Amino acid sequence: MAEKTILGEYLRGIIKDNPIHALVLELCPALAVTTSVENAMGMSGAALFVLLGSNIMISALRKHIPPITRIPMFLIIICTFVTIIDMVMEAYTPPLYKSLGIFIPLIVVNCIIIGRAEAYASKNTVKFSIVDAFGIGTGFLIVLVIIGAIRELLGTGAIVLFGFNLINIPITPATFMVLPAGAFMTIGVLMAIVNYSRIRKLKKGA
Amino acid sequence: MEEVSLFAIAINGIFVKNFLLVQFLGLCSFLGVSKETKSATGMSAAVMFVMIMSSTTAFLIYSYILRPFGLTFLTTISFIIIIAALVQLVEFIIRKHSPPLYRSLGIYLPLISTNCAVLGVVILNVRLEYGFLQSVFYGFTAGLGYTMVMLLMSAIREKTSVLNVPAPVIGIPHAFFITTLLSMAFVNFFGVIPT
Repeated sequence: MAEKTILGEYLRGIIKDNPIHALVLELCPALAVTTSVENAMGMSGAALFVLLGSNIMISALRKHIPPITRIPMFLIIICTFVTIIDMVMEAYTPPLYKSLGIFIPLIVVNCIIIGRAEAYASKNTVKFSIVDAFGIGTGFLIVLVIIGAIRELLGTGAIVLFGFNLINIPITPATFMVLPAGAFMTIGVLMAIVNYSRIRKLKKGA
Repeated sequence: MEEVSLFAIAINGIFVKNFLLVQFLGLCSFLGVSKETKSATGMSAAVMFVMIMSSTTAFLIYSYILRPFGLTFLTTISFIIIIAALVQLVEFIIRKHSPPLYRSLGIYLPLISTNCAVLGVVILNVRLEYGFLQSVFYGFTAGLGYTMVMLLMSAIREKTSVLNVPAPVIGIPHAFFITTLLSMAFVNFFGVIPT
């Protein structure tokens, strides 16, 4: 295997390990909180914090965690960081906290975070685990923001970010898109597009 | 606060705030398991069972241990442990007493400990400040709603799996489009129960 570089590990998290893979593992938050770009960013920020914290802790402690009890240990470490971000957001950003609702505590059972702990942080040094957390976190952010942008734009006719009106298109808003059904459709279409480009690439290669 | 009637909780849990289609809870396993009716039935039964058990236990622990001693910051962590322990326990008991049930339910049980739907139900019980009976009943009806959607979905997927859809849509995107239609039907329940 080639030498690991920091940039390479970072990009791997965004590109190679990311798109469709992350979509399936991350379903619950990816659908529920992406009614607007702002919520999507809040959610991915929280997830990045937890991922970073748990990756650092687990890779630092990886030689002391007995293999048999590793999953409960991971869960407790992740839980600790989730509780921290839960309280911080409740105190400092109450509106965001309210709109994300129960999905903050549910970061605990987010498959991506425990997946990274198991597949990466428990086998690599602290330095690379930090990079990995940033890479995966950024990939997650990109996916959520794309879904959020599509839904907000078509559902309300505008993208509002932190009080600024970024884009405004003169269409009749389709409330359908901000309803749960719109989320399922957006993600279905996105996945079909990813599949389509993958099939085309395969055909070109063959 | 006015007591929420059990009937309102039932309608909420099954239709208006359906866990899978409206609240997006428990979706991760939903797509994998809903391919065929048999596994969907097993998974739903296991989820419903664990939901009832864990909302009972979580309510007792929350209101008699965590709240009186000011330990509510441990809520998430203790709920996760409760659910994981409960799932283990249930697995032992079923394996000992009912091997046929274990064979049909057993493989789904470990999946449940990290199911957002189960953790979601216990956290919602706390956030909505439900009493004991309400909590248990909410766990039960949320499980019923889950089961209903799971069975609908698996039946539709079984019937439509042989359809000739375009290649990029085969598999998960196909499942998502079915879910979209199901979810649109459930949107009509919004406002049935005034909140």
